[in-house]
Amino acid sequence: MEGLLPDLEVIRKDFPILERTLAGGVPLVYLDSANTSQKPQVVIDSMVDHLERHNANIARAMHQLGAESTEAFEAARDQVAAFLNAPSRNEVVFTKNATEALNLLARTIELGPGDNVVITEMEHHSNIVSWQLACERSGAELRWFGLTDEGELDMSNADQLVDEHTKVVAFTWVSNMLGTINPVADLAALARAHGALSVVDASQAAPQLTVDVQAVDCDFLVFTGHKVCGPTGIGVLWGREQLLNELPPFHGGGEMIETVTMARSTYAKAPHRFEAGTPPIVEAVGLGCAVDYLRHIGLEAIHRHEQAITAYALEGLQTVPGVRVMGPLEATRRGGAISFELDGVHPHDIAQVLDSRGVAVRAGHHCAKPAHARFGVQSSTRMSSYLYTTPAEIDALVEGLHHTRSYFKVG
Amino acid sequence: MSTDLDALYQEIILDHYKHPHHKGLRGDPSSAGTAEVHHVNPTCGDEVTLRVHLDDGVVRDVSYDSVGCSISQASASVLTDLVIGKPLDEAMTIHQTFLELMQGKGQVEPDEDVLEDAIAFAGVAKFPARVKCALLSWMAWKDATAQAQADNEGSAS
Ligand SMILES: Cc1ncc(COP(=O)(O)O)c(C=O)c1O
Repeated sequence: MEGLLPDLEVIRKDFPILERTLAGGVPLVYLDSANTSQKPQVVIDSMVDHLERHNANIARAMHQLGAESTEAFEAARDQVAAFLNAPSRNEVVFTKNATEALNLLARTIELGPGDNVVITEMEHHSNIVSWQLACERSGAELRWFGLTDEGELDMSNADQLVDEHTKVVAFTWVSNMLGTINPVADLAALARAHGALSVVDASQAAPQLTVDVQAVDCDFLVFTGHKVCGPTGIGVLWGREQLLNELPPFHGGGEMIETVTMARSTYAKAPHRFEAGTPPIVEAVGLGCAVDYLRHIGLEAIHRHEQAITAYALEGLQTVPGVRVMGPLEATRRGGAISFELDGVHPHDIAQVLDSRGVAVRAGHHCAKPAHARFGVQSSTRMSSYLYTTPAEIDALVEGLHHTRSYFKVG
Repeated sequence: MSTDLDALYQEIILDHYKHPHHKGLRGDPSSAGTAEVHHVNPTCGDEVTLRVHLDDGVVRDVSYDSVGCSISQASASVLTDLVIGKPLDEAMTIHQTFLELMQGKGQVEPDEDVLEDAIAFAGVAKFPARVKCALLSWMAWKDATAQAQADNEGSAS
């Protein structure tokens, strides 16, 4: 099959969990990478090594271990800056996850009555609820880009939605439900043309596309560590340095200050301004290692692999009677997450039968209830591949779906 | 492993799923002793709107509208079969018995005299992710029943 990673078998060996068998001795077929990715041995080792040999708090420890730990933590910042092609390492803020990064922005960007924030109907709840809260607090209006029947952004009323009162345009790069890849550079330019800030949710893009913040020319971009082969507990906020330094602090505490007196405090500049308290140190080390691992394999090669697997999966799904795929039907216009319905069987039940065969998928609303509502469905089943996914695993899914139909006696 | 799956998807469950009993909201929600609740399972989005009519200490009627998986749908159907027409205290005992079965991690022996068709859910207790599906309508029933009781007491005094 064209486009697959040439070293696929070698790459699979990097991920120890892929060797696992499940109840009944069936091998694991992990098709839930959009939910969280598996971790390569190098990432696991980097974290174990840090904990075994270099563990200390950062910045405030005046001893050798403290220096080593600080160096490892700050090296991770450099690795992430390189991963994003960020102009400055000071623009990389470590957060708990993408959700916290989005909430940080929604909490600190000043909004007021008469202002508006524009999001899209295909956002993950983290990029919806954080802005709903901000709008409720400030009296600003929340506006939405709608979706076309094909699952793409409906840009036909873009000029009415985004106007001179728009303060923020926040949108996902790749939809976690529909798989749609959005024209992020155009959206960022649209925001800028109206004097608004652009916020890109790259949680699903960072695992599989080259993310270059200078090429996208956005103002802020977030992603989450655990979907890019890194650990949980760490995410990234990238922002233009000047903008970050203009935002008020988010959390108050240690590390984020310049000086503290009983009368008042002054705040450090970015990134430390937004990193109050002891940060996720070993998680940062793991994340730095993970993004280096991805860059070493090459994001373009990973993207080609995802497209080949996605095309193969779309083809396979078409052979199952009663399957309806949501979102774009051409692999080139989408990412590696495919949500679908199967006539007569509820997603929960599909996932359960697949799980009994070792095939792990996600069932539910995937934290994208508005996008489901837009397509008149309450929940769906989602398969999502990654750089370690093989065509044989897609075959196992498709066979599993045929089996599910016969198990529930549909058709 | 597929025996576990068969233990989960008992024939009785699949029958109730395909042909649910007492589905579709009935009665006047504003009449005395009637309460309606809407419950969702936030992790998967399954939803039920359930209406209870209590009268003179008896569960006169239970009806519902719902969307969800086979387990949640079948369990609503079985619930209505078990509690409609029963004295409230007996219905509460059935509820408690079902709850214990579901929370028993597969270690509780189901009591067929009390649970009838609901014993088919014994296999669900081994699948922690599905216990919430089985309990969705039962929790809604308990909530609606408490409200209907309050409503009755309010109109009596
Ligand atoms: C598009 C998108 N945005 C945001 C998130 C939130 O990521 P996290 O839960 O790690 O904060 C996710 C992951 O579920 C996602 O898919």
